[in-house]
Amino acid sequence: MITLQHMLTLSAVLFSLSVAGIFLNRKNVILLLMCIELMLLAVNFSFVSFSRFLGDLDGQVFVFFVLTVAAAESAIGLAILVVLFRERKSINVEDLDTLKG
Amino acid sequence: MFVQILFYAFSAVLIAAALGVILSRNPVHSALALVLAFFTSAALWLLIEVEFLAIVLVLVYVGAVMVLFLFVVMMLDINVEGLRSGFTRYAWLGALTALVVIVQMVSVYWVKGLGIDATQGAPPLPADYSNTRALGEVLYTQYVYPFELAAMLLLVAIVAAIALTMRRRPGLKAQDVAKQVAVRREDRVRLVKDVDAGGTGPGAGGGAGEGGVR
Repeated sequence: MITLQHMLTLSAVLFSLSVAGIFLNRKNVILLLMCIELMLLAVNFSFVSFSRFLGDLDGQVFVFFVLTVAAAESAIGLAILVVLFRERKSINVEDLDTLKG
Repeated sequence: MFVQILFYAFSAVLIAAALGVILSRNPVHSALALVLAFFTSAALWLLIEVEFLAIVLVLVYVGAVMVLFLFVVMMLDINVEGLRSGFTRYAWLGALTALVVIVQMVSVYWVKGLGIDATQGAPPLPADYSNTRALGEVLYTQYVYPFELAAMLLLVAIVAAIALTMRRRPGLKAQDVAKQVAVRREDRVRLVKDVDAGGTGPGAGGGAGEGGVR
């Protein structure tokens, strides 16, 4: 029997792995985007399991919207990445210091 | 029992795939590991009977988003070694943060103050229950306005992505549709007096084919 604890623990592990991934791959923009996708997957895991185990369908509707927004976000993020690579010939975060922030 | 074994097997594959995403040297391998992670997540969602979202996850993420990622990774000429330098510099900080996040999230339901019994299985569904139908009934009645907004957001994302990446190169042959539509009869057709009946007059087809192409 799968319980809510199983699903939430898996979601927590997945989320923290992607947080660690952001620390490790902090120079590579494309891997940062992938880690964000992985984080959203972990959050969707929590939504889906709460929705299923507490018998409320609204959580699944919310996952639907999260998927929509994530697809739009990754499309625009990758478009920005392509334009960036065309301008700077690099996707290293450390090269993006024009703003001197 | 069998379901539990399946759950642990899929969870192991999912965590291994997530490790592959964050530790792999090659961005292409990372993207493929992410595809594996999405597939196993879909399998796990099927296991707890969330069928519609499992299928949507495979269709949208594996079918569209990850293909886009792979296209971009392979299109860009990335210097991987430069990006990998200092890979382990903040690894201890990352591991520490990950550990703290796990402990915090797990401790939320280890204490009993949540008011939810997290050790129960999922409530059983009736035999004729359709997840897709139930979701559709909520989505098209109660959430119809957010649903339209989501569609609008996708449209805006399409336009934004195209507008960002499109560039005009000089010397490129392209159709000018406005010019094609704005053409009038007088620009194209020239009536000539036909002298000998039966034969086609000279210049009958002349003039067509010009214009429209810049």
